[in-house]
Amino acid sequence: MPTTLRHLPTLLLSASLLAGPADLARAAEPEVGAVLATYADIAAAAYGDSLATAKTLQAAVDRLIAEPSETNLAAAREAWKAARVPYMQTEAFRFGNRVVDDWEGRVNSWPLDEGLIDYVAGEYGSESAENPLYVANVVANRSIRIGAETIDASTITRELLADKLQEGGGIEANVATGYHAVEFLLWGQDLNGTGPGAGARPATDFDTANCTNGHCDRRAAYLKVATDLLVEDLGTMAADWADGGAARRAVGEGNAGLATIFTGLGSLSYGELAGERMKLGLLVHDPEEEHDCFSDNTHNSHYYDALGILNIYRGSYTRIDGSVVKGPSPSDIVKAKAPEIDGRVNAALDATMERMTALVDRAKSLEAYDQMIGEGNAEGNAAVDQAVTALLRQTKEIERAVTALELSSIDFEGSDSLDNPAAVLQ
Amino acid sequence: MSRRRRTGVTVVATVLSLAAVAGALHSGFGVPVVASAAAMSADAIPPLDPAEALPGGAATSRASTDTANAFSDSSGNLPFERELDFKVGNAIFRKFWVSSPSSTKASDGLGPLYNARSCQGCHLKDGRGHPPSGPEEAVSMFLRLSIAPETDKQRALLAEHRINVVPDPVYGGQLQSFAVQGHAVEGRMLIAYEEVPAALADGTIVSLRRPTYSVGDPGYGPLHEGVMLSPRVAPQMIGLGLLEAIPDADLLANADPDDADGDGISGRVNLVWSIADLTAKPGRFGWKAGNPTVAQQAADAFAGDIGIGSSMVPHAAGDCTDNQPLCLSAPNGSIKGKPEIEIGDDLLALVAFYSRNLAVPPRRDAEDPAVLAGRTLFHEIGCAACHHPSFVTGEAEGEPHLSHQKIWPYTDLLLHDMGDGLADNRPEGLADGREWRTPPLWGIGLTQTVSGHTLFLHDGRARNLTEAILWHGGEAEAARNGFAALSAAEREALIKFVSSL
Repeated sequence: MPTTLRHLPTLLLSASLLAGPADLARAAEPEVGAVLATYADIAAAAYGDSLATAKTLQAAVDRLIAEPSETNLAAAREAWKAARVPYMQTEAFRFGNRVVDDWEGRVNSWPLDEGLIDYVAGEYGSESAENPLYVANVVANRSIRIGAETIDASTITRELLADKLQEGGGIEANVATGYHAVEFLLWGQDLNGTGPGAGARPATDFDTANCTNGHCDRRAAYLKVATDLLVEDLGTMAADWADGGAARRAVGEGNAGLATIFTGLGSLSYGELAGERMKLGLLVHDPEEEHDCFSDNTHNSHYYDALGILNIYRGSYTRIDGSVVKGPSPSDIVKAKAPEIDGRVNAALDATMERMTALVDRAKSLEAYDQMIGEGNAEGNAAVDQAVTALLRQTKEIERAVTALELSSIDFEGSDSLDNPAAVLQ
Repeated sequence: MSRRRRTGVTVVATVLSLAAVAGALHSGFGVPVVASAAAMSADAIPPLDPAEALPGGAATSRASTDTANAFSDSSGNLPFERELDFKVGNAIFRKFWVSSPSSTKASDGLGPLYNARSCQGCHLKDGRGHPPSGPEEAVSMFLRLSIAPETDKQRALLAEHRINVVPDPVYGGQLQSFAVQGHAVEGRMLIAYEEVPAALADGTIVSLRRPTYSVGDPGYGPLHEGVMLSPRVAPQMIGLGLLEAIPDADLLANADPDDADGDGISGRVNLVWSIADLTAKPGRFGWKAGNPTVAQQAADAFAGDIGIGSSMVPHAAGDCTDNQPLCLSAPNGSIKGKPEIEIGDDLLALVAFYSRNLAVPPRRDAEDPAVLAGRTLFHEIGCAACHHPSFVTGEAEGEPHLSHQKIWPYTDLLLHDMGDGLADNRPEGLADGREWRTPPLWGIGLTQTVSGHTLFLHDGRARNLTEAILWHGGEAEAARNGFAALSAAEREALIKFVSSL
């Protein structure tokens, strides 16, 4: 999701007005190249951590399949949740970087019509006019029809999931791969609506000796292939951010690179996180509008999204082993040009984290995220709404920073300033 | 409404002595072809404007053009703050509506009769729909229904542009092939194709498939004996806000209802009722320009296609008629205190905003030599007479990012007689049974990438761009014949150009 940095609303608060006595407050301005390097280094570390935690998940899945016990299922679920921690912190790299955005659907698509993958409860419904794969149930069926095409699903392979079923029939809800497909296989449907409780799949769903709900061998195979694909896809992205990698090279140089960074921060903050993932759920009070709906892990998903924004702005990322990747940051650049604006951005980021922490605390102590967005839950709704508002304020401050850095006039792929109406109309 | 068309054809035929060729040419309908290339090139071909690389101006998409998401990006110059509206609008566009009563109050109200459960159900990946490829029910395509006016009241409403059509008294304005539990579906759209050959100047024979439509298994008794059917596929969704922002005066400037300039091409503005303004306005959206604004088009689709009432179309039972009483009295999903409204103005506005801001992708290969050659041919054979290359948008209210953009949609948004082959013989507003609105060509080359097919025209009958061009008749017949007279390499270049838009 690209956004413009040329057409951000013109802010009348110019950098120089806000900066105050410049000589006193201005810090030494870092090299833009060093800031971009920090950005790419954080990406490499965060995708590297995502890969490492996905491999841990892979090992846990292998153990679950080899020995389908409740203990091993619980361990796999914990591994999945742990894998989400670094991954969600990478989401601020998605927008602005095409290499990431084009790839992202393979690993983090949602919401998904889970009937594509496995059995579902009666209230899910038995058909959808729009989605021929709505109840395709690949686990139970060895042959799948999409329109006039019949797909051989006798063996569950990565090609079947990634090339045939993912977005099968052009329908985005056909999510066959990625974190949320694995999540569904580990938890099962959350049938509690906006009441308490997550999905409750029994470990015997993977037990070929004492199989529940049928086709345990194929369910295990699906879980295995989907997890392996996730590891493979994350490996690709980690490599793309390593030295010389495609994503690292594509960040660009100078102001274009800074524009990439701020595009990611602004687009994730407001449109994606505050909008699609939070505001919509509040508008329609629908538990389906929950990002990690099977596992009831949505509070963490939102929290780490927000943390990822903060990491990039401040040029500092704490890895899963506790070590810190750190360097010259966008914050340093803004601070050198307009210290007051940098202060405002940082305050807004802190305020967001406070609201996100409140959501996490509420989820741990009182009610899950899907309950918070339930109709008539005034307190829960307010908690989510406050986080949305904090994200909005944060976005406005990010826009101020963009203006202060004079990134608003960056050309689109080197073409002329087409957004200058006078030039167009002449 | 009398049309006079093809006034240019005789001129062309005399200018070009293509008698030898003409004898070999057939349009596929037994009509001898008498026009040819280069004939229409009275106007100088405009030099390539580098700005055309961005057909949506600064609102052009910044996403990749080689993925299925190529039509799903927001206006390239959308401020961060409006991205929230776009994203939430997208989620509502994607959302499945459920039948009433339901525990999810904000999501119910489906049907009782419907063609799809979500906007995206038809507008897959924001791209164009298609006829069914197998025995399944069509989803991204349906039949519109209407009858000739029978009462003075109906004639008066039509004359005042307050309605575009008189619906079938039982089945309403379109055939819904799905219904919620407990209700009969209205019927099935049946399509029979017949292959008809079209010969090109170089001897190539192109087979066109001519469809015939009928209604199978009617669920509510016979349709009206004079019912008129018009098949429609869901159009691509890109650039709609920019098209909406073209000033009325600029549309009117291209209209030539009586062909005063004698070029064989008229071009008429449809006049349709604006619910927001309570007056008739130029139609812009829909295959016959039956709707004046994106918001009204969206509200109409919610009611007709999904069965969701709104303040613009306050009818919770959607397209159910008085002669479908069970359907009318079924539970609905109305908002408290507003018995006919199932989607509030806030959500409808978000969907409209989303629809206005689906960005047009940048052009691909605009300076490729073959594309440039195709561009010349496009102008020479007269395609640009209706597929008007460029406009500058006016003020888009509340959306300054769509204002004052130089855009390249390749449409005049006007109605043109497209001949017998394409005629649906079903008037809509001022559009008669042979007229269609020129559809925009921008993004058309990405149809395969986005939608996985290359089925074009209002009913998806054309299986590729060549077939689509060869179906052109009426005012476009000279241009079509110009295309048919080209060499294979020239045809390829022209198609390459169109695909690059």
